Amino acid sequence: MLRQNWWKILCVILLVYTILFGFLGHVPAKPILNETIRNLYFHVAMWFGMMVLFTVSVVYSILYLSSNNPVHDIYALEYAKGGILFGCLGLVTGSIWARFTWGAFWSNDPKQLLAAIALLIYFAYLILRNSMTDMDKRSRVSAVYNIFAYAMLFPTIFIIPRMVESLHPGGMGNPALDTHDIDGRMRMVFWPGAVPGWTLLGVWIVTLRIRLQLLAEKKLSHV
Amino acid sequence: MRANFNGIRSVSQIIALFKKDLLLEIRQQYTFYGVLLYVASTIFVLYLAMGEPEGVVWKGLFWMIQLFVCVNAVAKSFLQEGRGRLLYFYSITGAANFILSKLLFNALLMLLMSLLSLGLFVLMLGDPMPEPARFVLISWLGSVSLSLVFTFLAAIAARAQQSAALMAILGFPLVIPQLLLLNKISNIAFADVLQGGLGWMVAVLLGLDVMIVALSLILFPFLWKD
Repeated sequence: MLRQNWWKILCVILLVYTILFGFLGHVPAKPILNETIRNLYFHVAMWFGMMVLFTVSVVYSILYLSSNNPVHDIYALEYAKGGILFGCLGLVTGSIWARFTWGAFWSNDPKQLLAAIALLIYFAYLILRNSMTDMDKRSRVSAVYNIFAYAMLFPTIFIIPRMVESLHPGGMGNPALDTHDIDGRMRMVFWPGAVPGWTLLGVWIVTLRIRLQLLAEKKLSHV
Repeated sequence: MRANFNGIRSVSQIIALFKKDLLLEIRQQYTFYGVLLYVASTIFVLYLAMGEPEGVVWKGLFWMIQLFVCVNAVAKSFLQEGRGRLLYFYSITGAANFILSKLLFNALLMLLMSLLSLGLFVLMLGDPMPEPARFVLISWLGSVSLSLVFTFLAAIAARAQQSAALMAILGFPLVIPQLLLLNKISNIAFADVLQGGLGWMVAVLLGLDVMIVALSLILFPFLWKD
């Protein structure tokens, strides 16, 4: 039991650590940012989680194309859905942050727009899946699209945001983080706590959904 | 020696497939005139609605129309091939040759189409370009990039039902990064002096094109199997 579930316990510990120290820990006093800097532990960690989930999803799509095993397709779909959930949460936490630092929930900032577009690309993945009824064809075509969409994600959220002016921190170089804004104590919460904690939670949610899908599949095949 | 021989053979197959598409187009004259009519009537509506717009609006409209032209012109490339014909191609040539010939044909078609729609734009919506030659080159770069993305998406959409509508749904989010880059690049063309950063952006766009072609070559064989 412990051998299988140690990472779930780790996830809970890390999240408790993140939330406790995230709200109570010391943060540097920055003008405009003030206490909202604590959102780093939630907002930025969501994007890390999203990228991890999308990466796992595309790995399963590649595995599907080489093995034709329908289980891999279910994995790819559920990891993509988990990534979409984290992306939506990233947008929501980001726009709450923007409300208190830039003055509006949505200010058509290039980085906001491109992050939303990245999610639209994945919504299109779900629509593509639903447009086909033949199971085998659906799995294959959507695996192909998933790989293509993942490749197009890089210019959308990593390359072009570095080339345009934006309100978002981290102009040239890193597209999202300005590492000068956070100090050592924040780093100790962010890197060991928030990023792996939220990512593990995402994986946990996805594995539960995968189990559900596999059971539903099994039930269908026994009818 | 063997690889060399295969290389020559696949080039001749690509040329043959390309010729077949070209010949079909010349005989049917469906895409060309259809899209031409589409562009002309859209631009006419734009003229009636807003007269002769300023440079920024003009440029925005141009890329928007290019996007729709591309969807319409490229959609046909896979939809016209019925099941039986695809099976025939499958038996006589490789997947890579087939997709390369389609990419090539659509890129050339879009080069022609973008030149024509640029002409119609200048004719009906005025000419705010300080450097027309530079903008022609940028529009070519843009239309080839768009045609590559949409060719691959047409190949995906052809496998599903309601393909024409699906292509637009899949394609629009995917081409936004490219359109954004193109818009930035054409800003530079609209400025009187050549600004910095152009080379870098063109390089990113070209890199994106290379990536799309490479992905099409790798992934198309999986779409093809049935």
